[in-house]
Amino acid sequence: MVDASHDGNDVITPAAVEDVELYHPHSWWTRYVFSQDAKVIAIQYACTAIAIGLVALVLSWLMRIQLAFPGALPFIDADRYYQFITMHGMIMVIYLLTALFLGGFGNYLIPLMVGARDMVFPYANMLSYWLYLLAVLVLVASFFTPGGPTGAGWTLYPPQAILSNTPGGEWGIILMLVSLIIFVIGFTMGGLNYVVTVLQGRTRGMTLMRLPLTVWGIFTATVMALLAFPALFVACVMMLFDRMAGTSFFMPAIVEMGEQLKHGGGSPIMFQHLFWFFGHPEVYIVALPAFGIVSDLISTHARKNIFGYRMMVWAIVIIGALSFVVWAHHMYVSGMNPYFGYFFATTTLIIAVPTAIKVYNWALTLWRGNIHLTLPMLFSLAFIVTFVNGGLTGLFLGNVVVDVPLSDTMFVVAHFHMVMGVAPILVIFGAIYHWYPKVTGRMLNEAMGQLHFWITFLGAYLIFFPMHYVGLVGVPRRYYEIGETSFVPASVHDLNVFITVVALIVGAAQMLFLFNLVWSLRHGREAGGNPWRATTLEWQTPQTPPVHGNWGKELPIVYRWAYDYSVPGAAEDFIPQNQPGTLGVTREAVA
Amino acid sequence: MVESVQTPVPQAHSQAHSQAHRQPGGMRGFVSDWASDQQAFKNVSWGKAMMWIFLLSDTFIFGCFLIAYMTARMSTTVPWPNPSEVFGLTIAGHEIPLLLIAIMTFVLITSSGTMAMAVNFGYRRERRRTALLMILTAILGAAFVGMQAFEWTKLIHEGVRPWENPWGAAQFGSSFFMITGFHGTHVTIGVIFLFIVARKVWRGDFDTGRRGFFTSRKGRYEIVEIMGLYWHFVDLVWVFIFAFFYLW
Ligand code: HEM
Ligand SMILES: [Cu+2]
Repeated sequence: MVDASHDGNDVITPAAVEDVELYHPHSWWTRYVFSQDAKVIAIQYACTAIAIGLVALVLSWLMRIQLAFPGALPFIDADRYYQFITMHGMIMVIYLLTALFLGGFGNYLIPLMVGARDMVFPYANMLSYWLYLLAVLVLVASFFTPGGPTGAGWTLYPPQAILSNTPGGEWGIILMLVSLIIFVIGFTMGGLNYVVTVLQGRTRGMTLMRLPLTVWGIFTATVMALLAFPALFVACVMMLFDRMAGTSFFMPAIVEMGEQLKHGGGSPIMFQHLFWFFGHPEVYIVALPAFGIVSDLISTHARKNIFGYRMMVWAIVIIGALSFVVWAHHMYVSGMNPYFGYFFATTTLIIAVPTAIKVYNWALTLWRGNIHLTLPMLFSLAFIVTFVNGGLTGLFLGNVVVDVPLSDTMFVVAHFHMVMGVAPILVIFGAIYHWYPKVTGRMLNEAMGQLHFWITFLGAYLIFFPMHYVGLVGVPRRYYEIGETSFVPASVHDLNVFITVVALIVGAAQMLFLFNLVWSLRHGREAGGNPWRATTLEWQTPQTPPVHGNWGKELPIVYRWAYDYSVPGAAEDFIPQNQPGTLGVTREAVA
Repeated sequence: MVESVQTPVPQAHSQAHSQAHRQPGGMRGFVSDWASDQQAFKNVSWGKAMMWIFLLSDTFIFGCFLIAYMTARMSTTVPWPNPSEVFGLTIAGHEIPLLLIAIMTFVLITSSGTMAMAVNFGYRRERRRTALLMILTAILGAAFVGMQAFEWTKLIHEGVRPWENPWGAAQFGSSFFMITGFHGTHVTIGVIFLFIVARKVWRGDFDTGRRGFFTSRKGRYEIVEIMGLYWHFVDLVWVFIFAFFYLW
């Protein structure tokens, strides 16, 4: 096996930056609540994200019940349904996935994996969490305001988003926009930390080309977020002005309820451009961390080095760059110059190339590996098939002629749930099963985990596979009831019932997962420092869970890449990154 | 309490590895230089790196604002008010176009000069001069914001509102208030921080190692330079706003 770390950086250079100043808290408050320790902040981010994610999960049950048994829950009318859709979509994409991947995993893993004591600016990092929490609270507040949360759809398209007869038109939309603005500001504080820590805060020997792919994924996603969120920020500010100051950035001349509104001359299409300039990179902001994490999980649990490390890194970077020039594939039906459609369809299809490279490399990593079907591995495998699946339907939707009839049908809903709903969530589960032992010192319960995995994995397919068919026969998206429509065959109604029943079961399985998280805190098997026998630095900390400052007196020094598994001649089937010595030298010989 | 953990620098392993040391060329060499150990940007401190990256992100914000404004201006079907008339001042009976804005731009660019001098004296650890120049910069910045407030008042008196104005497309007022307001906020934040940092420099906090009120961490002279980066950026953005809004 070739050690890819032989890239000319083998000389361990002396420390270039002096060690950081650590803030040592005195009180319970500064240690666990207003903590500046990235690990505590990570847990705060993760818990908040999961809590608000549960709200989105419950909303999805309510929507599914309405779709399968219209009228069964009397409080769901058309307005409610739109509000549920909107909040479900927005929470899942932004407040759960983005926050959990970057704020949660990013905070926990980046400093540990690059061998730093903490993020470079712990104070700003702390503020980042509190602003995120504020954003979540503002969002939740909209459930309790007169008129309820906004029902504009997670895309918030004007003019309808800010018309007074849209559900939540009074306060809901305002709180949504304010919450997003706060989120962007808070995220920027954290994001700058993640980026600078990766670029400038690595330990000795940790070259960029020795970073675990997890860090590459999170890093690239954060850079993208720092460049994409500005568009969302601007769109929200402008829409807020349209709503509150009577400007007409996005509002054309319009008649509502027979009344000519004061607006005129604005461009709703401009909002779409701004929104999707954020919105498409957002897809990859949740996908790239998943890509990175999955690469590490596969390599560790197949006891084999990742195939084509450099290619994987470049693929991540290229996907990140390309995803800024494809946004208008969401606007094929908005009315665009046909040449634009041609351009954006081409760029969209080009992204498939680096993405396919990644999938092949995962497959080749697995090939003839010593695959341990642990929970992280199961979830990773599930991710790969699910992602391929969603990616294939993406190729359909990327083509203008195919997208036009499919746009705004349940086919699209099935597609994006596969590719950016289910797939990243599976990775999140896998990652939690993988790193929980490091965070808590105990393993999650395996039996509960298996049950959780199989229900979630099979269930997700049973939910979203039929949805493709439902969409193909033309059932539109965002309809709270299809009723007796002539083109909708009876089978769709049966399928709707089936999907809903499965969705409820899958939802219940998540409660089992949450129970496992809590139960294992006390009753889980003791994990020890490195239960998966993994190479990356976070498993080599002197204490488990790692204490404040991560590394004790001395920072680790990195001698090799993150994927020295099953090296021929080595004493064990893994060589930690911080173990000196050349190939074939056993650990004992060095020690 | 804050304490520094000092790491001794072990040299032992470096010899063992040096024979494997081969310098690759071409693309690989380029990558490995940038990807090398510890820091991607050699000798760039964390604070500076963070400010640069923040400014990149902020560029995207201003970029989006300006592009949105230009789109509105180019696609409007109603005439766009003529900026050289709107932003003219009548002095002693003469209508002078863009006078105020020229003065504002001059003031802001001058403040960039004083900021650069402050940074220079900061390098030399000349506390008093650094602090005084920062305060001068802040005063110029405050003067800029003051003149902007004057301009806003004048336009509001003439009937310009975010949703309408007497001369044409309503988007004129909306974009004007939004973009200059957003930029003015940047200047104001800069002025506040200039005063705070100037005070610390004057008091010698960076020599005595006095700790920050909020962060409990020691500051460094470098913060003057970081302030400088921010301030020059805000100036640069103004040049673009000036060109695209007033000169177009
Ligand atoms: C338990 C799993 C889930 C179920 C059963 C579910 C169900 C639904 C349903 C029924 C809709 C409305 C479809 C329509 O009528 O148009 C929807 C919309 C949506 N969901 Fe999910 N969902 C789940 C998980 C997720 C996840 C993990 C994400 C994260 C990306 C997500 C993102 C969205 C988005 C963005 C929308 C579109 C909202 C809109 O149209 O404005 N969902 N989901
Ligand atoms: Cu897209």
